[in-house]
Amino acid sequence: MLKMSSAKKTLLEPLISNNPIALQILGICSALAVTSSMRIAFVMCIALTIVCAFSNLFVSIIRNHIPNSIRIIVQMTIIASLVILVDQVLKAIAYDTSKQLSVFVGLIITNCIVMGRAEAFAMKNPPAASFLDGVGNGLGYSLVLMLVAFLREFFGAGSVWGHQVLTPSTEGGWYVVNGLMLMPPSAFFLIGFIIWGLRVWKKDQVEKKEFTISNNSRSEGAL
Amino acid sequence: MDNDSVKKTFVVALCLCLVCAVVVSASAIMLRPAQAFNKALDLKANILQSAGLYQPGVSIEKQFERISVRLVDLRTGQFSNDVDVDTYDQRKASKDPTMSVALKPDSDPAKLRRRPHYASVYLVEGKNGIEKLVLPVRGYGLWSTLYGFLALEGDLETVAGIGFYEHAETPGLGGEVDNFAWKASWIGKRAFEGNERVITVIKGKVDRQRPEAAYQIDGLAGATITTRGIDNLVKYWLGESGFAPFIRNLQIRNA
Repeated sequence: MLKMSSAKKTLLEPLISNNPIALQILGICSALAVTSSMRIAFVMCIALTIVCAFSNLFVSIIRNHIPNSIRIIVQMTIIASLVILVDQVLKAIAYDTSKQLSVFVGLIITNCIVMGRAEAFAMKNPPAASFLDGVGNGLGYSLVLMLVAFLREFFGAGSVWGHQVLTPSTEGGWYVVNGLMLMPPSAFFLIGFIIWGLRVWKKDQVEKKEFTISNNSRSEGAL
Repeated sequence: MDNDSVKKTFVVALCLCLVCAVVVSASAIMLRPAQAFNKALDLKANILQSAGLYQPGVSIEKQFERISVRLVDLRTGQFSNDVDVDTYDQRKASKDPTMSVALKPDSDPAKLRRRPHYASVYLVEGKNGIEKLVLPVRGYGLWSTLYGFLALEGDLETVAGIGFYEHAETPGLGGEVDNFAWKASWIGKRAFEGNERVITVIKGKVDRQRPEAAYQIDGLAGATITTRGIDNLVKYWLGESGFAPFIRNLQIRNA
């Protein structure tokens, strides 16, 4: 049976100290694409957390029977089936949101977080721990995604969760909306700032330099 | 049994595929009724939105009661009862040689190649006759076929709205066909002047000082092919082999 302390660690570590987006730099694609409004980002977070948790669970259950030569494709098959399942359910219960998420639900299949956790954790650990690891990583992804979505929606449209907070100048208010915030590149800048902030706070996340750049040398040194 | 033996590899792969296939197909079949219901509701919401009648918070079924669905024979430009309008599938008919006609290249700006004999149209009628007319349109953008509705005001010459409910254009570029501000720019534009179709989507921004602004629509920035596709589909569906004969008949109350 799983010890409480290690279970807690498995669940909570991916939130801040081993965040899949901020530290492992995985899942950036969807973090750029679906964060222009909080509601959409939230559905994406739920979808990814469910897929990540259950793919970890199922991979872990059969981990002792997976032949090494086809292990990646076995993981992919499990992940893809789960994603199709989530997509079908979304279409049945939240048609509007699923239309707005369009291809991005399907693209969870290629999300490196899901695949990465299946390969790195679930292949070596028992089902309960793997499930928690999946939930934890899903939540870590969600944390960054919701933060980015909040900033983008607030500065880009002047609203929070679809509710108008600042009246934009186009509708007679004073707030001039920041159009860049609604475009995907803004998420790049925001995630960059988040990673920077996190590494200032937690120094151990700063990667070791692989090489040092030497001082400016004179031109004849280059010859 | 050794995990890496050929036999085990095949057994694992086969079992996994069977289990996953059953799960996926079971979910698809069990959820299909709910999905079809949502899709039909979404279509109705889009018809209401393109006509500018949509009120959030009110049941779509209730709002849709104002709208009557009729079938138009595009060959004659008259209303028709030849096919049951509730079960008529226009997309299927567009591909069925007995239900559609091949288009000549010179009368086919949107390159649709075939046109169905019948089209379902949506009417909002008031005391003084037609208040809104919603026409189904389709055409090719850059990646996909755009399916949507073009709504006309009761005078049958002014645009009441437009909306696309299905497409796969690039989000942020061609996908801006869903942009509310752009869709709103269609409202009030002149579709016909006399009996001539005048409305057109141009490349770039419309100069509001010039008289042509009454029937020109801004192109989408960074989406030349989608813009051209929309221009073509509007030209086609408001043209002679589209709805133009039917609209003329309606105007002289002869449909």
